[in-house]
Amino acid sequence: MSVKVISGDHAVAYAAKLARTEVVPAFPITPQTLIVERLAEFINDGELDADFIPADSEHSAMSIAIGASAGGVRAFTATSSQGLALMHEMLYAVPQCRLPIVMANVNRSLGAAAGIWVEHNDSMAERDSGWLQVYVEDNQEALDATLMAFRLAEDRRVLLPVMVCLDGFILSHTVERVEVPGQEEVDRFLPRFEPCTVLDPAEPKLINPIVPPEYAMEMRYQLDRAVDRSREVIAEVDAGFGKAFGRSYGGLLDTYRLEDADFALLTLGTATGLARAAVDELRSEGKRAGLIKLRFMRPFPFQGLREKAEGLKALGVLDRSVSFNGGGPVYTEVAAALCNVPTIVTGHVAGIGGRDIAPDHMREMFALVERAARGERVRPVTWHGLRGEME
Amino acid sequence: MSEMGTIKDMPANDMFVSGHGACPGCGMAVAVKNIMRILGADTTVYVPASCLVVISAMYPTSSFRTPFLFTAFENTGAVTTGIRAAQRRRGLRSTVVGLAGDGGTFDIGLQALSGAAERNEDILYVCLDNEGFMNTGIQRSGATPFGAWTTTTPVGKKVEGKREFKKDIMAIVAAHDPPYAASLSIAHYNDFIKKVEKAKSKQGFRFLHVLTPCVPGWRSDSSMTVEIARLAVETGMWTLYEVEDGNARTTYKPKAMLPVTDYLKLQGRFRHMEDADIAQLQEWLCAKWYLHYGDEIEQPVCAMLEKGKRMRYPHEEQLHFV
Repeated sequence: MSVKVISGDHAVAYAAKLARTEVVPAFPITPQTLIVERLAEFINDGELDADFIPADSEHSAMSIAIGASAGGVRAFTATSSQGLALMHEMLYAVPQCRLPIVMANVNRSLGAAAGIWVEHNDSMAERDSGWLQVYVEDNQEALDATLMAFRLAEDRRVLLPVMVCLDGFILSHTVERVEVPGQEEVDRFLPRFEPCTVLDPAEPKLINPIVPPEYAMEMRYQLDRAVDRSREVIAEVDAGFGKAFGRSYGGLLDTYRLEDADFALLTLGTATGLARAAVDELRSEGKRAGLIKLRFMRPFPFQGLREKAEGLKALGVLDRSVSFNGGGPVYTEVAAALCNVPTIVTGHVAGIGGRDIAPDHMREMFALVERAARGERVRPVTWHGLRGEME
Repeated sequence: MSEMGTIKDMPANDMFVSGHGACPGCGMAVAVKNIMRILGADTTVYVPASCLVVISAMYPTSSFRTPFLFTAFENTGAVTTGIRAAQRRRGLRSTVVGLAGDGGTFDIGLQALSGAAERNEDILYVCLDNEGFMNTGIQRSGATPFGAWTTTTPVGKKVEGKREFKKDIMAIVAAHDPPYAASLSIAHYNDFIKKVEKAKSKQGFRFLHVLTPCVPGWRSDSSMTVEIARLAVETGMWTLYEVEDGNARTTYKPKAMLPVTDYLKLQGRFRHMEDADIAQLQEWLCAKWYLHYGDEIEQPVCAMLEKGKRMRYPHEEQLHFV
């Protein structure tokens, strides 16, 4: 183990290197580019034995990753925003082909009113693709989650791709203290990749033919079950990681001072750190506030959330993304998970287009959730940090 | 390298077997069957969206006896890159071949093709050119010839058929300076065999461009597929040559240029063409002919054209092999 002061992007690059990634198809996009630049350096310095393939687009980068993974080697790539959107078509091929590709997505806003700053709409738009999605809070978690992603993706009970999502600039370009595990420790945690299905002329196999209606529905169902089953493996991998490296993250979700809480906020990504501070402040005022940190958007912890929400009068959900006219996608998902329990769920949209989420916004959110917990009527969805009033 | 030479020397061990769903007389099926015979068992096949994937790989059956992968339309150059990288790392000896249509090569797949060619990936890219998006129901592509009817270049009261000339994909590929690029005809088997053999034996990016007549798309008789492919060469609609390490070489030169009408009249897709359009196509063909075969010998069919109106073949001066 060594301690380094590195950016979130470099933390991810170290993880991909320690995982002994064999093929790295890459295409530049801000704020992801530092990841593939660092990997190119590792490879050209002889520190990582891998093929760096400069693709002509993100669509081709994912296509190359598919070819490499179907060819039986560990493949890693990284992207952001428009790049992820360009990959969209290929993303859908990966889970159904059961290819354990790992990809980092550095969250950035998507489309017009264009910007390069953090927003979660890019990866949220891919939540129905069959990829598992984990969102991280800090640079250490970016490294750790990427390492765990390989182990999870390649587990024979899972065999699904994993997308590690980290907030653009807030993590990608900000340096923090990160413990970088040693190669031997990682080799013990993450064994050599043993592919399940390989394109090998010695044993010819057909991967992904055209599937008529007589069979396709069962294949989708198998995929649905595989995503669901990954929950247990996520818990196992998280526990195993804790044993090996002394850090674990709670699996699908984590909590902070939730035990006796009356009301809580659910966050994902870097907003969690600020929410922890807000909870501490409220607790010091004698208020029973708590926090749920959602880590995995897929598989979504329906059951875990119901268990954690027991005893909560109200739960606010912070979204750094918008499903226009419906609040954020995390809010609608949490509301669906808690539809048969008495907990009131409120939606909070903040940090859109890279707008800072300030401590004031966080206090505002908790104040609204507290009012909801007291039985007051509040808006189902509130935007925080808007200049001017909501309609 | 063992040169096969003739049809008699072709291996009988088919890697693309019968039972597939191609139309009777499908030029593409003829091409694929013979390419796969020559490439043999140590081959890994990628097929993008096309007639070929539909006729050869409908779960739970397959006409390929080799490993096979399909994912999407526009990524043949990319997926084959990934497969080859993985197989090289695993120490597998295998020809990785992408079998794409003209739509998947000239149009939607051009970017990934260019990427793979520019990186000189160790793959064999085959373009099976039936001059249109035939699998989706005969739509125009960049490969569709001037004047041809397709469902998106209909013969209307105002506009009749395609108004643009066929894109020169070989010139585009040759501009990437690959180790090998060649054009093939299913009517010229000895030439066909030699080129596939040569492509198989080389390292780096290799490109084969095969004209594959399409019975429903070209509105032709299923018994005339090979004859149409032959006439394509004799009229100059198709030219047989190869570009090897930067050197271009004509591999078959017709004795004299047949009028393009000999080719057009066998295909319903050209039936509507008026004299003016035929003359325009003929002019373009003459320019192409002289470019490839030299203009020392004047072709009678070209001499009949209006003097002083010699049309330039597109981007003639930029062509890599001139």
